[in-house]
Amino acid sequence: MQIAARHLDKITIFDISGDIDLATSPQLRKALLREFRELKVPRVVLNLGAVRYMDSSGVASLVEGLKASRDVGSRFILFGLNRTIREVLQLSKLVKIFEIYDNEEQSVAP
Amino acid sequence: MSRSSLLLRIELQSNPEMLCVVRNALGQLAATLGFSEPECHAVVLAVDEALTNIIRHAYLGDAEQPIEASFRRIHLLHDGQGRDALEIVLEDRGVTVNPKKMCGRKLEDVRPGGLGLHFIRESMDTVEFSRRKGRNQLRLVKVLHVQGPRKGS
Repeated sequence: MQIAARHLDKITIFDISGDIDLATSPQLRKALLREFRELKVPRVVLNLGAVRYMDSSGVASLVEGLKASRDVGSRFILFGLNRTIREVLQLSKLVKIFEIYDNEEQSVAP
Repeated sequence: MSRSSLLLRIELQSNPEMLCVVRNALGQLAATLGFSEPECHAVVLAVDEALTNIIRHAYLGDAEQPIEASFRRIHLLHDGQGRDALEIVLEDRGVTVNPKKMCGRKLEDVRPGGLGLHFIRESMDTVEFSRRKGRNQLRLVKVLHVQGPRKGS
């Protein structure tokens, strides 16, 4: 898994690629918690368009990110979910708790 | 069950870095057997989650312990009809797993963790835990609804 960060005004955009699993999800968790807890970024957007696979440890990292965002009053947005990733979130019954958009334009809109 | 043929056997270390190797091999195997793309994803997810549970709970994160995975084509009765199926058996020598405690969590409880077993049960037709000769054994079965391997594979 690769994580590349971009910054747009007060928004951090993480472009994620590869697989999110037991080996790589700690890296994602750490990046998300840093943005919310340490840097207090008002909005973090996760571009999942290049993620091929995600397991329950990846879902758990997203849930931790979401909880951290709520703790500090920030927004946590996902976009670019392919069918495989969307199915995993649906299987977890957690798809409705996330703010999900189709593309980056919608995700960074005021 | 009347027939059983070994398709693949993998011995791996309990290293999370090995998960992607197993996923890639299993995805190819499932597709070759004729499973649909969503079924291939389901089988791969189930085995990945099972291996993750072994690494985290049976071996407590120790990355150098042995895991054996065998993949067999079997024939069984499913809904009164004879069907081919993929049988996957994962074995480890870690701490004893108590099946009664392997219940996952309520999905409405929004918190990290506890989803792996739910994913396994949703993805497979049979999920059986046992302890034999000092080993934990997890048997997973996915029934093949299209008979025979995909042509051209």
